Amino acid sequence: MTKMKSLLGAVALSLCASTAMAGDVRIMWYSDGVEGDVMKDLVDRFMKENPGINVILDNVAYKVVQEQLPVELEAGSGPDIARVTNIKALADHWLDLTPHVADPAYWQANFGDQFDWMRPDGSTAIPGFMTQITLTGGFANKTLFDQAGVPLPGENATWDEWVEAAGKVQDSQKLNAAIAIDRSGHRISAPNVSFGSNYIGADRLPGPLDDGAKAFAEKLVKWTADGRMNKEIWVSAAGTTYRPAIDDFVNAQIAYYYSGSWQISALSTKIGKNFDWVATGSPCGSTACSGLPGGAALVGIKYTKNAAEVGKVMDFLGREDIVREFTERTLFLPAHKGVIAGKIDFKTDDANVKAALENFVAATTKVHLNAGALPAWKWGSVYYGALVTRISQVMAGEMPLADAYVKIDEDIKAKVEEATKKQ
Amino acid sequence: MANALTTLNEKAGAMIMAPVRLLAMAFDPPLRVWQKWTGQNGMAAFFLAPNLAVFGIFVLFPLFINFAYSMTGGAALFLEDRVYVGADQYQRLFTCASYLDPKGCAEDLFWTAVWNTGLFVVLQVALMTIVALITALVLNRDLRARSFWRAVFFFPVLLSPVVVGLIWRWILQRQGLLNYGMIEMGFEPISWLAERNWAFTAAILVSVWAHVGFYALILLAGLQAIPRDLYEAAEMDGTRPARMFWRITLPLLAPNLLVVLVLTLIRAVQIFDEVYVLTGGGPGTSTLFITQYIYEVGFASLLRNPGLASAASILMGGVLVVLTLIQLGIARRNEMRSGKG
Repeated sequence: MTKMKSLLGAVALSLCASTAMAGDVRIMWYSDGVEGDVMKDLVDRFMKENPGINVILDNVAYKVVQEQLPVELEAGSGPDIARVTNIKALADHWLDLTPHVADPAYWQANFGDQFDWMRPDGSTAIPGFMTQITLTGGFANKTLFDQAGVPLPGENATWDEWVEAAGKVQDSQKLNAAIAIDRSGHRISAPNVSFGSNYIGADRLPGPLDDGAKAFAEKLVKWTADGRMNKEIWVSAAGTTYRPAIDDFVNAQIAYYYSGSWQISALSTKIGKNFDWVATGSPCGSTACSGLPGGAALVGIKYTKNAAEVGKVMDFLGREDIVREFTERTLFLPAHKGVIAGKIDFKTDDANVKAALENFVAATTKVHLNAGALPAWKWGSVYYGALVTRISQVMAGEMPLADAYVKIDEDIKAKVEEATKKQ
Repeated sequence: MANALTTLNEKAGAMIMAPVRLLAMAFDPPLRVWQKWTGQNGMAAFFLAPNLAVFGIFVLFPLFINFAYSMTGGAALFLEDRVYVGADQYQRLFTCASYLDPKGCAEDLFWTAVWNTGLFVVLQVALMTIVALITALVLNRDLRARSFWRAVFFFPVLLSPVVVGLIWRWILQRQGLLNYGMIEMGFEPISWLAERNWAFTAAILVSVWAHVGFYALILLAGLQAIPRDLYEAAEMDGTRPARMFWRITLPLLAPNLLVVLVLTLIRAVQIFDEVYVLTGGGPGTSTLFITQYIYEVGFASLLRNPGLASAASILMGGVLVVLTLIQLGIARRNEMRSGKG
């Protein structure tokens, strides 16, 4: 069977055209915006500085990272470095860079705060670094609010106040909907926490769906039924399918959009000067006004044959000046402590962008403890999947909320039982 | 000139055939020995062996592996790392208060997908066969630019299912082409993909649009094989066109219709790609079909369950085997009736 495993691994490798020569470092990379181009520039510069190391940047769709990379990793293959978002659940596959980077203390000092997000519980490994820190949050179409004569709700406005205000804009400007939230369990977990929810049980396993999560689920369903929330994003898909609502916001079809900081660059590019928009942070629930932190990480893969070269590439990409340049050109929030402490000159003429980035930085101070714990919790994606699957069924009229609550708990329990089965 | 061309042609043919002849000469003695030992059946087995090997490697072996997976649990990818659970996955799929009400089932999404697929198969197969037949009948007439019209109906078959799904998504989404046209004409826009019945109807119509050209082509071939003199004789007897259709066309087209029916049926049970792109299985779960359920459980969710997905795909494979056996049975019965069997 070990031979079979190796054979399948080899087949997976060849199918993905990812066979690397000795000295080659292959990076699996996906892009939300311009970061693929920026990374290519940086990689080219690295190769000029290190002529003996050939770095191959494979730009792939996000779906490939989500669906194919885990299979490759299970087969003991894959690229040498990958940009991933499912960082905790796959943590067993990351390479410990400690013996391969020039100065582990530098890595601990500048990226150490997020290491627990990307390594198994109890580990002291250096698995990589966050290419960006993200925070969920809202965006308002200021031009539409102005045209409707509706003032933007203030800093500590609640979800209800935002929906009410956006609803007035919807009625005045004849919009399809007032608000939209990406179809994602991750996205609604920030408001769930703001309404007092805590997914993590005392034994670190998923706890039952609590009153906080139920409170926000009721609001979501009501807003959808009332026509305030864009029905098409959540209802027109089954299962855990991700559907972003960015196009509705870009096309001025909604007044308020809840997504996250990673959309800033895309909003700037797609909206241009068509209308003014502002980042609002996260609306408040009954206990907090929290966003959900997270992000994408660049990690070494432990099956690499070129660990020393991987260490050199990671050292280069994790350098303070390189992280600063990457941050300034991609308009991402950095994870590097030195970069955060210094001056960041975001490369944009768009006034909306600079203000939005400042708002998101300010919103990081409001992150609730329960939200801050989720990126380092391995069962997060199980919870998110059950939430999005069942709540969208309620929105489609397939079951009442009470049944959905039961199903969410059953789904999570079944997934945990299945995943913890051991020989 | 013609003689020179013929000679050249013969020489080229001889050059091409030379290696084939060499191969035949090399294989001739051992094949004769093989035939002597094993008789005619042995020779048949020899010639079938390459095809059977391909079938075994790419169909039977994966089927066997799939069955083995369906008897295991856990999230590990490789069989050696997985836990043997016997028939637990099948038991989970069949744990239901009532099979008629998916909500009471442990795997309610599986049974929702089963019922959705059943309804889709009934409606889509009927519609596909009727539309393909009508299309073939029309294209078989002496139309002006007949080849052009044949190409028009066949063109969607050449498109990738993903392209088909995307095209129709752009047409049917809320800000899509269809609603734009409706608004221009003074109608209220409709959320085609967010309303259960509309989305299900759209899934059927889009799949018919995408594949009808292929089935129409099969029926067209059948229509052209019907001897013209039968129609001429019927015309001389004063038979009405409708009667000619029921008494001549339909009976003689029956073998082709059977092929179309079975192929459509199998394809409808397997429906996934274009509908997945078009509706994502929504609204809610109203266009969630079995293949998408298997894909979601086995691949798409972040915590995969290959055992459950394998059990569901084995059950789906069982249904397809039954459908194929029915087809073979009917085809054999038809051959017997027509005296060929």
